Amino acid sequence: MRALAPEGDLGVAHEVKMNLLEIKNLHARVEGHEILKGIDLTVRAGEVHSIMGPNGSGKSTLAQVLSRRASYEVTEGQVLLDGKDLLAMKPEEAACEGLFMAFQYPVEIPGIGNAYFLRSAINAVRKHRGLDEMDAMDFLPLFREKVKLLEMDEKLMNRSVNEGFSGGEKKRNEILQMAILEPKLAILDETDSGLDIDALRIVANGVNALRDPQRAMIVVTHYQRLLNYIVPDFVHVMVDGRIVRSGGPDLALELEEKGYGWIEDETRQTAAASA
Amino acid sequence: MATEIAQVESYLKTFTDFRTGVTAETPRWLSDLRDAGFARFCETGFPTIRDEDWRFTNLSAVVRTPFVLAGESTQPVTADELEKWRIDGIAQMVFVDGRFCPGLSKLGALPNGVTLSSLHQEILQGTERVREHLGRYLNIQRDPFCALNTAFVEDGAYIHVSRGVALEQPIHLLFISTSGGAPVMTHPRNLILLEAESEAAIVEEYVSIGKETPIFSNVVTEFVAGSNSTVSHTMIEREHLQSYNFSTLRIEQARSANVASHSLLLGGALVRNNVHPVLTGEGGECLINGLFVGAGHQVLDNYMLVEHVSPHCASRQFYNGILDERAHGVFHGRIIVHKDAQKTDAKQTNRNLLLADDAQIDTKPQLEIYADDVKCTHGATIGQIDEDALFYLRSRGISEAEARRILLQAFAAECLDRMKAGAARDYCEALIMERLASISSVSAQPNDAIAETRKRNWEEVG
Repeated sequence: MRALAPEGDLGVAHEVKMNLLEIKNLHARVEGHEILKGIDLTVRAGEVHSIMGPNGSGKSTLAQVLSRRASYEVTEGQVLLDGKDLLAMKPEEAACEGLFMAFQYPVEIPGIGNAYFLRSAINAVRKHRGLDEMDAMDFLPLFREKVKLLEMDEKLMNRSVNEGFSGGEKKRNEILQMAILEPKLAILDETDSGLDIDALRIVANGVNALRDPQRAMIVVTHYQRLLNYIVPDFVHVMVDGRIVRSGGPDLALELEEKGYGWIEDETRQTAAASA
Repeated sequence: MATEIAQVESYLKTFTDFRTGVTAETPRWLSDLRDAGFARFCETGFPTIRDEDWRFTNLSAVVRTPFVLAGESTQPVTADELEKWRIDGIAQMVFVDGRFCPGLSKLGALPNGVTLSSLHQEILQGTERVREHLGRYLNIQRDPFCALNTAFVEDGAYIHVSRGVALEQPIHLLFISTSGGAPVMTHPRNLILLEAESEAAIVEEYVSIGKETPIFSNVVTEFVAGSNSTVSHTMIEREHLQSYNFSTLRIEQARSANVASHSLLLGGALVRNNVHPVLTGEGGECLINGLFVGAGHQVLDNYMLVEHVSPHCASRQFYNGILDERAHGVFHGRIIVHKDAQKTDAKQTNRNLLLADDAQIDTKPQLEIYADDVKCTHGATIGQIDEDALFYLRSRGISEAEARRILLQAFAAECLDRMKAGAARDYCEALIMERLASISSVSAQPNDAIAETRKRNWEEVG
């Protein structure tokens, strides 16, 4: 397991880790309902954060807002992605700036081959970064390597994007895309839900292979199970649109043991006391 | 009504002049054919939206324009200009304003048993097959435009492929309209006779050069597929946006013939695409495949009439439409299963993408079944670009315009996938990509908020 951010390390420049994501007082609503009620979160390079919470706490909304989904309206606050204003970016700009979202429900796109799609994506990102586009021949070795990492059937790659994929194959395909696009910040939105233990292990291995001092990840999950495989540096608990508690991996274990009820009760009491 | 009568009168004058102009060399059977065509046209005049077969398409712009028969082209077409319309290594017959131009054509070396000529030439030579087949399959009672074409029959392609001969490469018929002066009309007539056990692919393409002034291309192709032949026909319409293109492909299909008809409607102001296969022999198979892509004020009207006459035949219709801005598409899919056509298996699918609020599609299946042991299905969908798919592509770094283009390509590829691989399909693919690139950039405008409210799922019809 990775140690928490070292305190008091003597002034070595490279120890000052970059803030890859800074969320300040973020409020957002969907169809007129306020879902996020003031989120503050800072994620630095090399860190893995887990966001947990009961259903309806706003954790998926947070992920969607960060991925720049248009149906979510930000009413207040600021989000910086590697120092740049994320909320001013289109989804494709955010992706080119290094944000990756592994979706909870990846869409099926009939008629578009997986390999073609991936190459279009990597070339869009490379173009943005001022790199040459990859042709099919350059792309193939990279592609094969990552397909192997995710233990996927190469034949799937000739099929249309996610079309006819099982739930587990879809989730693996998300991590495959992440492995190819090499983002600075990856958000995994309930990537574990609906996976059996073998698929979960494969997905987690894929994710762990991408852990890197230059990269950060946010793992959004309802269950502690995934965190046995992807061990986070920090765990945050969201209740009713706010982060109500943060801690180390032990917090996840505590939640697993006691459920979310006690934290929700506590939150209500605090709210009542302050009212 | 008054305009219609005035219009028929103007055609009467044109026809009288035409008839006197060509008499000297015209065989009697041909003048009779023309007279019958013109007489029929006079009886009906142009159709109106009160006619069931024309109810979605207003023809007044065509009816009101005083078209004159195209004479010798005043704009010479150069070999350089032709380059962009050439498919590498493929025999090409070039027609300028309806007339065959041997000088511009490249027929190359053809196998024995293949005749590639002009209808005009064959009529002059008194070719017996022309007399035997011309006008034999087309029903001029059904459609005034077919009657009008027959009245002005003069030139077009004549193709004959003998029994058992297989052509490895397609034949490309290129019809160039030159415009710029007074509104002109042409009435190309093609006769394509593919004998038993032959294999051939014909690509018929309509393009235009010159200033965008109204042109009227009124085309008829009689296409005879002999028994056990494997043949295809591809219609490509990409004339300029002041052109009216009316075409009828009449397919006569003998026993166990395997026929594919592909249509790509990419250009034109008002296009009517009639495809009329008649499966006369047992065990025939017919694929009727099409893609229409419209923007601006284009009207693209597809009228399919599939007649099953004999038992054990299969027909498959697949038409995809992409309509942007104020374009209007029509798909009219009529299937007639005659009394003796037992065990018919007929299927029809029309899928449409509307990219703008003002784009419009009318889709209408019409099944008439007189046999009692048949399988007929039809279905149509009307939808918009899938916003979830669009967002998914964008979330991976692909720009919105590019993502739209990719999704449209995938939709159009359904049509391409049904074409046989080779030079003709590559050519079609390039034309489709070019067309889609021009429209998807236009429709990249909806901002995110609007896109969400527009989100609607596929609507199933029928």
